[in-house]
Amino acid sequence: MRMPTPDASVLARRAEIVNALRAIVPGEGVIAERDEMRVYETDALTAYRQLPMVVVLPNTTEQVSQVLKYCNEVGIKVVPRGAGTSLSGGALPLADGIILGLGKFNKIVDIDYANRTVTAQPGVTNLGITNAVAHEGFYYAPDPSSQIACTIGGNIAENSGGVHCLKYGLTTNNVLGIEMVLMNGDIIRLGGKHLDSDGYDLLGVMTGSEGLLGVVTEVTVRILRKPETLRALLIGFPSSESGGDCVAAIIAAGIIPGGMEMMDKPAIHAAEEFVHAGYPMDVEALLIVELDGPEAEVHHLIGEVEKIALTCGAVSIRISESEDERMVFWAGRKAAFPAVGRISPDYLCMDGTIPRKQLPLVLTRMAEMSVKHGLRVANVFHAGDGNLHPLILYDANKPGELQAAEDFGADILKLCVEVGGVLTGEHGVGVEKRDLMNHQFTEVDLNQQQRVKCAFDPEALLNPGKVFPQLHRCAELGRMHIHRGQLPFPDLPRF
Amino acid sequence: MTTHSNKSVLKPADADQALEAVRWAISEETPLELVGKGSKRKLGRPFQATHTLDLSDLTGVTLYEPEELVLSARAGTPLAELEALLAENRQQFAFEPTDFGPLLGGEAGKQTIGGVVSCNLAGPRRVKAGAARDHFLGFQAISGRGEAFKAGGRVVKNVTGYDLSKLIAGSYGTLTVLTEVTLKVLPAPEDTRTVLIRALDDATAIRVMALALQSPYEVAGAAHVPASLAGALGVEEVAGGAATAIRLEGFGPSIEYRAGKLRDLLGGFGTVEFLDRQPSLVFWAALRDVKPFVSTPERLVWRLSVPPADGARVVADIKGRLPGAEAYFDWGGGLVWLAIEPGADGAGQAAIRGAIGLSGGHATLVRAPDTIRASADVFQPQQAPLAALSARVKETLDPKRIFNPGRMYAGV
Ligand SMILES: Cc1cc2nc3c(=O)[nH]c(=O)nc-3n(C[C@H](O)[C@H](O)[C@H](O)COP(=O)(O)OP(=O)(O)OC[C@H]3O[C@@H](n4cnc5c(N)ncnc54)[C@H](O)[C@@H]3O)c2cc1C
Repeated sequence: MRMPTPDASVLARRAEIVNALRAIVPGEGVIAERDEMRVYETDALTAYRQLPMVVVLPNTTEQVSQVLKYCNEVGIKVVPRGAGTSLSGGALPLADGIILGLGKFNKIVDIDYANRTVTAQPGVTNLGITNAVAHEGFYYAPDPSSQIACTIGGNIAENSGGVHCLKYGLTTNNVLGIEMVLMNGDIIRLGGKHLDSDGYDLLGVMTGSEGLLGVVTEVTVRILRKPETLRALLIGFPSSESGGDCVAAIIAAGIIPGGMEMMDKPAIHAAEEFVHAGYPMDVEALLIVELDGPEAEVHHLIGEVEKIALTCGAVSIRISESEDERMVFWAGRKAAFPAVGRISPDYLCMDGTIPRKQLPLVLTRMAEMSVKHGLRVANVFHAGDGNLHPLILYDANKPGELQAAEDFGADILKLCVEVGGVLTGEHGVGVEKRDLMNHQFTEVDLNQQQRVKCAFDPEALLNPGKVFPQLHRCAELGRMHIHRGQLPFPDLPRF
Repeated sequence: MTTHSNKSVLKPADADQALEAVRWAISEETPLELVGKGSKRKLGRPFQATHTLDLSDLTGVTLYEPEELVLSARAGTPLAELEALLAENRQQFAFEPTDFGPLLGGEAGKQTIGGVVSCNLAGPRRVKAGAARDHFLGFQAISGRGEAFKAGGRVVKNVTGYDLSKLIAGSYGTLTVLTEVTLKVLPAPEDTRTVLIRALDDATAIRVMALALQSPYEVAGAAHVPASLAGALGVEEVAGGAATAIRLEGFGPSIEYRAGKLRDLLGGFGTVEFLDRQPSLVFWAALRDVKPFVSTPERLVWRLSVPPADGARVVADIKGRLPGAEAYFDWGGGLVWLAIEPGADGAGQAAIRGAIGLSGGHATLVRAPDTIRASADVFQPQQAPLAALSARVKETLDPKRIFNPGRMYAGV
């Protein structure tokens, strides 16, 4: 993976830089020993590793501001890091950069039931927010599978999703405010406990910006009351087409389930062998449809979905009759990644999104690619919104397999774009999909995005080497070519 | 907006012509006023522009796949046309955009989808479904650098690159010329009904709305209208006195069940009544379009966005400072529509923004004569670092200040 060339002059000044950082963040907060930095060398895209120059763990916003200001002034790159669960290499260190870890920002700042908000420091885990309000019957809706580990700051940076996002939205639809620090040290508050931000919606731009625009130091999210009832259907289909048809028919009937997840045969088998959830082994596609809400509604909709499933050719239907049974339905899906990890030494988790109706085509083509690259693939999908997670099985110890897996992955993502979808639905571009960006965007599109970065970080010091395949200097991007004196189209109606 | 009469109008027939017009304006360094059907022309600060770029000929649906919950249309397509198409398929834009036409002295039903998105409109369903920004998936646009570009896509789950759709939603046409927009659509609810609790004062109403919004009964609207304004909504059943309204939407059996639960939950606070589908639809549309203040055009109208629980306190504070002020609440108290007397000192901004003060939130002067909007801060003034950042963002998309310059903030 090509990363920005380390700056020799910065590396030469390492000792001086460490001292300067120690003056800002005293004691344990600056880690410069190789062995102690080892845990920061990768995130959940473990194929890539790099020791950072130094790790800084501030614990106040003021410290973050001073660290960034210092780095900006002397030209040091900064990689923010939450829990390091990024699947796209977003938190991959740079040899000449610091890792700015937000782990010490781990407190809930305020719980406000009247306004239905929680304000937390960015290092609080996603589940930590729900846990803080669960005793009052509330929860935070976006629920990535990594929720026990990933941080709310990382969720903002990646605009993370989860199985409940179909009905309740992604991170971006559930964040009300943040405090952030720019590379120049400016501390800025966006939004708050009110519903819409004033001025430009920079909160919306920050969400999903992969740590390239600013460092998030506080987050206010909206919490929801737990639904009265949750019930799930486990529906088996003889083909992925009929499964896909069923998803479309449910939505066409005006039903937006709390969650709607699909697995293909390899994923069903891996999961069943791992957790023994009682999944049918003779079906090609398995759909979990979860309905949540008031009891009367769930009761009504379970019947509707069952009818739809039957008309779509379902060969097996189970309806959860207890909370335990519902959890069993989910157990296999939730354990799909580790289950696949059991049957293969390594796997790559892809994350494209497609228009749902393209599912049969994409699955067929993926099967062909699997033969071509000589690697197996298991599929889990957020079926309701067309977000695919093909898991490509490989063995890093076999020469050439990592490369083959990456090529296979790239082919899948290009196919997603080709059928009208996108490279990444929730895991981010990071380093993983960086060099595929040209397949989705033109140079003009990408340059415009980079110009927005220039407004936040003109020296391009915050998390460089991620997201954009080419780095341009801001001065170069700012240049404009103007053709003087051209008249607008002569037949333009003017009056 | 200087005098409209002596402004020359450029009316491109398609996106290519719009691009040509923008390139020409850049080369002439002459600012453009971007308009669709002009229903929100009087929203924002008046600004100087020698030419109007009328985008109302960029019309037509370019993609609609009901089962995929997605629709794309050229930016000048009338909202009414899109809503009719969606209704045929029992779908809707769930963010329920406000129609500012009548409030600002124009006709109803005039706005275009590009304008709706550019102003990030949202109606009462905001508490459940979000605003235009939350449904805006992608766009094609022309930058103030004279380049056509795109961002986002047609799928809901998409984190590929920065979410520039959010930036453009609510930028009031100061960053780009939108030529085509893609939005998420959702099933329209099968039925709707409103639970009314009568005769509550503002503070109690805020508590009642909070209880409803904290409940698991999927409230799709929570508003409070004091007695003095209840009559102006045009719904006979509501006219009699203060009304705190909780909207329910969904499948018949579910509504029936939730209405019963809410009656049990809130009945202790006041008399409970129900509005059936038809009056309910009229009520929420009137509330959304600020109907209570349409018939008194001389008064200044402010829109306040505050933490919901602070709504009543903020309004009481303002009433103490500005005699004659009247307000009603949407979004559980988080959205305050406020009318004040025309002569108020500085358009009331010091009193209003002072009252919002530390709770956080902001106030926008929505209706006032040009002269007042030219001298008052129409949008909430921002702290220096944020204002500087916003100006730098403007610079990236519109370095020559061609698009609606100064409509939001001077120099932006
Ligand atoms: C087993 C597993 C399952 C997963 N399931 C899901 C899933 O269902 N849905 C989903 O969306 N994702 C999922 N992920 C991906 C990952 O958990 C999310 O992207 C998560 O939001 C990352 O959070 P983090 O705290 O680990 O961030 P990191 O990995 O530490 O960082 C991610 C990015 O955010 C930036 N960043 C972190 N904190 C900050 C901050 N405070 N300010 C600015 N930038 C910051 C970093 O620079 C980096 O670019 C999964 C990952 C794993 C390993």
